Parts: sequence; structure tokens; C-alpha cells
Amino acid sequence: MNQLKAIVIALVREFIQFLRTSSVFLRIMMLIFVAGFATILYRYLFGIGAISNLNDAYPWGLWISFDVLCGVALAAGGFTTAGAVHIFGGKKYEPLARPAILTAFLGYLLVIGALWVDLGRPWKIWHPMVLWQPHSVMFEVGWCVMLYTIVLAIEFSPAFFEKFGLEKARNAVRSFYVPGVIAGMILSTLHQSSLGSLFLIVPHKLSPIWWTPILPLMFFVSAVAVGLAMVIFESTIAAKAFKRESEIHLLKDFGRAIPWVLMVYLVMKIGDLVARQQVMLLFEMNGMAVAFWIELLVGILLPIAILTQRDAREDGRILFGAASCVILGVVLNRFNVSMIGMRSQAWQTPYFPHLLEFLVTACVIAAGIIIYAYVVKHFPIWHEAAHSGHSAE
Amino acid sequence: MKGFLIDNSKCIGCRACMVACKQWNNLTASKPVFFSGPGYQNPRDLDANNFTLITYNELETGGRMNWVFGNRRCMHCNDPGCASACPVKALEKTPEGAVYWNAWKCIGCRYCMFACPYHIPTFEWRSANPEIRKCTMCYDRMKVGMVPSCAKVCPTGAILFGERADLVAEAESRLRNNPSAYVHQIYGKDEVGGTCVLILSEAPFDQLGYPTDLPKRSLPSYTAQAMEAIPGVVVGLGLVLGITYKLINRRGEVAAAGEKGGRA
Repeated sequence: MNQLKAIVIALVREFIQFLRTSSVFLRIMMLIFVAGFATILYRYLFGIGAISNLNDAYPWGLWISFDVLCGVALAAGGFTTAGAVHIFGGKKYEPLARPAILTAFLGYLLVIGALWVDLGRPWKIWHPMVLWQPHSVMFEVGWCVMLYTIVLAIEFSPAFFEKFGLEKARNAVRSFYVPGVIAGMILSTLHQSSLGSLFLIVPHKLSPIWWTPILPLMFFVSAVAVGLAMVIFESTIAAKAFKRESEIHLLKDFGRAIPWVLMVYLVMKIGDLVARQQVMLLFEMNGMAVAFWIELLVGILLPIAILTQRDAREDGRILFGAASCVILGVVLNRFNVSMIGMRSQAWQTPYFPHLLEFLVTACVIAAGIIIYAYVVKHFPIWHEAAHSGHSAE
Repeated sequence: MKGFLIDNSKCIGCRACMVACKQWNNLTASKPVFFSGPGYQNPRDLDANNFTLITYNELETGGRMNWVFGNRRCMHCNDPGCASACPVKALEKTPEGAVYWNAWKCIGCRYCMFACPYHIPTFEWRSANPEIRKCTMCYDRMKVGMVPSCAKVCPTGAILFGERADLVAEAESRLRNNPSAYVHQIYGKDEVGGTCVLILSEAPFDQLGYPTDLPKRSLPSYTAQAMEAIPGVVVGLGLVLGITYKLINRRGEVAAAGEKGGRA
């Protein structure tokens, strides 16, 4: 018990020290966080309507589209990398595993944080655990978020135990680490796809460009692609921001895998539109068609074209650019499915996010950046910092 | 199962149903607002304090311009999308037919609002402890054998309350006996698997703002397919990943052992 107390005190001290000595950029992030947090407090007093343009016609807005749907998709680097390293024998990619798991863990914690803003009665967030409704996709989503966050905590824990020299705990985790990774992959598969299943219930509201019975599959496949892209994206930015050596020799292999996943995604998307005889919708001159074409051209075809070239993959900047395209494409896809592709009735109020909604989302992102910067600096995350005697898990 | 038969051709637009609904459910008054759209209608849409709404539509019927009234309210679907969407069973289809919301269970995720094909559940956007609000078919009145307040007050009998099966028969007989007075459709008989509110109209339903592109299948059946796949995915993926790990790990061990043997 005393040991735990000592650890908590040490962590708090270290974090405060980190904030005190942080860069100008992080100070701006702190400012955004504080402003966003004040907004959130205001919402707890006066309701969601007081800080958002959400209305009865658009009960879900920016927070669901970005903080939750994109947040979970962008955290997919965790299960893809953990799987590649620990299950599929890609031991040489181990240096990428811890940063990817950290990003995923933070991502999920931030999703839960965002839910505390978006849920009308967040103090009942635990209800799905006791009040079962197994027919509800939202029920599945809730369980997946909870269980996978626990798994991510386990996957992240070796770094924590190593930092504090807790050898016994470290070894205990090792004994069930692989089953943990497998559980994480199963939960991620369910979770990524179930976010697509959420939209199966609105065949009448979602434009047929996106509504399809295989939406869950598409969400899963695109999550795998964006998970790999996120590892490249994050590793490149971290290398630049913290003046580390680039891991391009490993990242280029991730770059090589992406086009294969994207091609599966592309075939699904086009094949599905053809099978449902909705191709003509893409040639109508409207915002939805344009949004789809950007998703297709920038998010899928362009990265396939770039990443199938060996020279391009080995150039860090081009690789980063291609990964950014994949991320942009998947983010746009989630917005298309949950917001842009939604049709409402003529009498209803249209929706565009309120400025304060953007501030809340910025607050969530800022919190992620601050914690990420702290953790990579003070925990054995990168391979050069990881405990030399152990294999980094 | 109980339900309503709403005959829009009998509606005179007096809005007694809206007032009675407010009185029984203790709903506060709404401030009238101006909006571009149909004539005398107010408010524009259902909200947390309006569970039923008479819509005013200026349409041509029988060769002349007419006011055609529509009636929007919870349709009390036979297999409600909202109830299957709710992760905590806060919304339930009662045996009596009403789709009822339990306050204490609700977490405020608003998936019910999203899932509803008729845009019915509303939310208290300005409340620190918000509720999902909609017509309850006056479930509390039904429980003590009373008729829902809107049906009770309607002066022209445009809102009938009764057994759904009887109401379907009544609607069919009205269509049969007076075919020229109606669009030949009972709205709600088949939409999304059928609803407990049935509507007859003298003008096409889409012109009155009723969604007419709804599937005949119940909405929960769409998500059920995806949910049924879960056990298979869990078991299948668990096996595949477990076996893959064993195989690849074994290959590594064999290779390592081979190396050692070679050296010795």
C-alpha cells in the first residue's frame, strides 16, 4: 500500500514538473485544454444544447463523428501492431509496438473522456454492464470499449512496471501477455466493425452511397489500413518532434502492407455499389457524391498508387504523405457515414457544429498530445529507452 | 396490442389533442415561432414539450386547394428500432403496445433518436439531467383503463383508440366504403414491420411529411444479422490467432534448436 502511495506521489510530482518545464507548443495545448474543460463544466450545468448545435434532427454530431468514430479507428494501430509483433511473428517490428499501444490506449481513454461530454447522463455510463440489451449494437460497443481499454492497460503495463522496477508484476504480466494480445485483437475486430453496425439500423436515413449490409466489414478493413497508417504517421511526427532517429527501415514494410488492405477495401466498396446498383449516385452533382469521390481518390487510390512504388515507400516524407492520405480518407469516411451522408426531413433544423463543439474536440486532442508527450519522455516506450534486458512488449 | 387509427380526413385542425396531451403529461407551453413553411402550424416540429403535432399542409385535393392536416407522433412500432437500439433497455415495447421509456435506466446516448425512422424521440437539450421525451400512448392512463387523452378529446373522432387488429379492419372498411375520399393506403400497416398507429389520409402521405421510403422489414432485423455473427467471430478468430501463434512460435523454437544442434 505504501509502495502504491509512493508511486502515485512520484507520478504526480513528475507530471507537474513536466508541465512546468514544457515547450511553448505544449503550453498552447494546455491553454486549449483548460478552455475546453471550462466549456465542459458549463455543459454540466446548462445541458448539451448550451454548448452545441446538436438538435432533435441531428442527435449525433462532431463528437460522435470525430471523437468516437475517428478516435477508435485511429487507435487501430494498437491491435494491428501488437498482432503483427506478438502473434504473426514480426519480432523485428517490436520497436513500433509500444508507441502504437500507447497511442491506442490514450485513444481509448480519450474516447471514454469524450463520452463523458456527449452522453446525456454520463454518471450512468456503467448501466450497460448490468442492464443487458444484447440486441443493441450500442450495448456491444459499450462492452467492447470497456473490455478493450482493460486489455490495452494490460498491454501498456510492462512499460509502467519497468519504470518503477516492479519485477514481479512485470513477470506476472508476461505470463498472460499473448492471450491478452489475442483478446485485444478479437475485441478490436468486434469494436471496429460494430461501429459500422450502428448505422445498419438507418437504411432510410443514410444515403445508399454508404448504407450497405457489409458496413461493419468495411469499417473493420478500413480500420486495419488506418491503423497501419497511424503507426507511420505517429512515428514520423515523434521522430521529428523529439529529434529521434527515424524508424523508416521498419515503417516502409508497414507502407508496403497498406496497399493490400486498401485494395481489399476498394474492391468491397466498388463491388458493393455495383451489387446494390447504386453506382449512378456517384455521378450526381451533389455534396455527397463529391465527399465519396474525395474518400475514394485521396484516401484509397492515391495511397495505393504511391505505396506500390518501392522508391516512394523508402522516402520518409512520401511515406508520411501517403499515410496521411489514408488517415484523411478514413476520417472523411466516418464523417460521411455519420454526418454528411445523413438525410433529414425538410422541416428539420440542419446541423453544423458549434464553435464550442470544436473547442471540446480540440480539448480532447490537446489532452492526448500532452499525455503522450509526458509518457514518451518518462516511460520506457521507445526501444532505446526500453529496459535493455527485456524484450519490449 | 392497442393502437390508434388516425383519420386525417376527419381532422379539423383544432389542436385539442395537442392541448390535452400537454395537460395530461404536464408539458410546458411553447413559445410560438415564425418559420417558413406551412401556414398556421406551430411549433415547427415535435420537441421535448410537444409529443404530438398537427401539421398544416396546403395541398390540392379534389381539384381545389385545401388545408390537409397531418398528425405526427410516436408510431409505437410493432418491433421498434429505438427499443432494439437502446443499450440498457430504457425503451421497451410493452405488451399493451406502447413503447415506453424508463427514466432511471437511460444513459442519454441518443441512439434511439438516431435509429427512429419517424424522427420521434426528442431530448432535453438544455437540461443538466436530460430525459428522452416522446408520446407514451398515455401508458399511465391505459394502466387504469382510461383512453389516451388525445383520443378522448378529439371532437370529430379523427383519433380512434382500440385493439390494433380491430383498427386495421376499421381502416380497411373505410377505404372500401369510401374509396374516393382516401389515398388507398393504410400508413403504418406494413411500414418497418407495422406500427400501432395507423393513419388514413386524403392526400399522398409524402406530401404530408410522412417518410414513405421506409422498408417493410422491421429495423431491428437489419442489426440482428450483424449481432448474430459475434459468437462466430469470437470463437473463429480466437482459434485462428491461437493456432497461428502456436505454429509461428514453434517454427521459431525448432529453428533455434536446429541452430544449437548445428553448433554442437
